[in-house]
Amino acid sequence: MIGRERMTVASQRLIAERTYELTLSGRLVQEMKQPGQFVHVKAAASADPLLRRPLSLCHIDHKQGQCTIIYRQEGKGTALLTQKQPGDVVDVLGPLGNGFPLEAAPAGGRALLVGGGIGVPPLYELAKQLTKRGVEVVSVLGFQTKAAVFYEQEFASFGETYVATDDGSYGTAGRVTDVIEARSLEFDVLYACGPKPMLRALAERFPNRPVYLSLEERMGCGVGACFACVCHVPGSETAYKKVCSDGPVFRAGEVVL
Amino acid sequence: MNRLAVELPGLSLKNPIMPASGCFGFGREYAKFYDLSVLGAIMIKATTKEPRFGNPTPRVAETPAGMLNAIGLQNPGLDKVLAEELPWLEQFDVPIIANIAGSTVEEYVEVAEAISKAPNVHALELNISCPNVKKGGIAFGTVPDVAAELTRLVKEVSAVPVYVKLSPNVTDIVAMAKAIEQAGADGLTMINTLVGMRIDIKTGRPILANGTGGLSGPAVKPIAIRMIYEVSQAVSIPIIGMGGVQSAEDVLEFFYAGASAVAVGTANFVDPFVCPTIIAELPALLDGLGIGHISECIGRSWKTGAHAVHCRA
Repeated sequence: MIGRERMTVASQRLIAERTYELTLSGRLVQEMKQPGQFVHVKAAASADPLLRRPLSLCHIDHKQGQCTIIYRQEGKGTALLTQKQPGDVVDVLGPLGNGFPLEAAPAGGRALLVGGGIGVPPLYELAKQLTKRGVEVVSVLGFQTKAAVFYEQEFASFGETYVATDDGSYGTAGRVTDVIEARSLEFDVLYACGPKPMLRALAERFPNRPVYLSLEERMGCGVGACFACVCHVPGSETAYKKVCSDGPVFRAGEVVL
Repeated sequence: MNRLAVELPGLSLKNPIMPASGCFGFGREYAKFYDLSVLGAIMIKATTKEPRFGNPTPRVAETPAGMLNAIGLQNPGLDKVLAEELPWLEQFDVPIIANIAGSTVEEYVEVAEAISKAPNVHALELNISCPNVKKGGIAFGTVPDVAAELTRLVKEVSAVPVYVKLSPNVTDIVAMAKAIEQAGADGLTMINTLVGMRIDIKTGRPILANGTGGLSGPAVKPIAIRMIYEVSQAVSIPIIGMGGVQSAEDVLEFFYAGASAVAVGTANFVDPFVCPTIIAELPALLDGLGIGHISECIGRSWKTGAHAVHCRA
C-alpha cells in the first residue's frame, strides 16, 4: 500500500559525477515490492522547492528495512537532497507506479537489461529479483562519459555486463544499441530504463518482441491526479496513459514514445 | 454544534475544506489515502462535452514556492463523467461541485444542464478562467459583459446553484465580480491560476510545451488574499477562496479576507493527506484564537467591530 513516511537516512555517498546513492530506513520499505517502482521525495520541509521528486528504487532490503535510491544532482531539490546526513529524515511518499513484470521472463530464460545514465538504478533491483527466479541476466549500461559510470561491478555480480560511453572514454564507444548489435546479444525479454531516444531506438530495433520500457516524465502529484505526465496511446486522439500510475513501465507499443 | 459547518447556496458543508478542481481528478486517486467523506465538498476536474486529451508534455514546471501547469482541461467528457465518475462518488457522503468548461457558449450550457441533474452534484463551478486552452476558458473570464452573459445562460438551465470561478488575469477583479453577481451567480470561487512562463536556459525555449501555464501554490496566496479582500466587500454573494492554501492557518487567513469556504489545490500534490490534516487541525486553531465558530472569521479583516483589524487597501 502507498504510504507517507519521514524515513531516516542510513547512508549517503557520491558514487559518480553528481550521482548519489542514498539509503533510507523505515517501515515503508515493507510495502516496496516491484523493481521499477518509484518513491516521491520531498527534498525540504519548506515550500521551496515545492514539489516532490520522483526517484526510482534501486535496491529494496526487507530484512534490513532499508531501500536505496540513486539520483543525479540536477536542480535545487536534488542539491538539497545531497546535504542529507545519516540520521536526517526525508519525507517519502510511496511506493508508486507499476514496475517491471518479472513473470515476462521465463525461468531458465535470458533477460537483457538496458540502462541509460540515471535510468540504470531500477535495473539493479530487477537484476536481483530476476536472478532469484532463475533467469539469466545480461546487462548493457550506457553513460555519457567515464566519470558518470556507476554500479558496473554490482551488475557484474549478476551476470555479463557491458558498459558503453557516448564519448568512448570507457567501455565500448557509442550507444547501448551498438553494444547489442556488436555482441549479437540474444534475449527472451528485454527491460530498459533511460532517456526517451534510447527507449525509442530499442522499441524500433526489436518490434514484436517482449520489450518493457520504463518512462520518465515531469510529474506533479505522482499518484495519477494531476494529469501532468500523460502519454498518448497508439491509434487514438484522446486515449492516454499516465506515466506515474499506469506506468512508469509499459510494454513497447503500449504508448507513443 | 459543529463549529466548522458552513451553509452556502446549494451546499450544507460539514466543514469548509474541499479539494480544488483540477487538483483531485474525480477523487479516485485520493480515495486510496483516506475516506473522502471527511471532506466538506469535492470540486471535480473540469468537464467538457467531448473527451479531451489536453496539451502536449511537459505540462508542469516548478517555480519558487509554486508550479506552472498547462494540462489543457484533459477530461473523459460529459457522458463518461455522468455514467462513471459521478456514480462512483455516490459512495461517499460528500457534496460534489461540478466544474464545467467549454469552447462555446452552447457547450457550457449543454454540459451545465446535464451535469446539474446528477443526484450528488449540489453546485456548479463555471470555469471561465482556465488559461491553458486556446478556445473558451479564460476568453470568457476577462471581459465582464461576456462573463455575465454566460453566467446568465448557465443559470437558466442549471438545476443547482452556480458559482463562477474568477481569473486573476484581469485589470479589475471587482468589476468582473459585480457583473457576474448581477447576472445571477449564486457564489464566486477565486482565484484560478495566474498566467506565467519559465524558460529553459539550456535550450532557450519555454519549458512547458504550451509555452505559458497557470501559476499556483503558496507563491500566489497573497494575490488571492488581496483579491478576496476586495471582492468580498463589493459583492453580497459568498466566496469559496483558493490559491496556495497549505495549512489551517492559511484557511483562517482566507476567511479573514472574506471567504466563506476554502479549496485546497496544489498542496494535494505535495501531501495527499493535506485536506484531512487541515480539517483535523482547525478546531485547535480556533480554540487558540478564542473563536467559537469558523463563520465568525468571514471578512474579519475589513469588518468593523470589536475584533476588527485596521487595514486599508
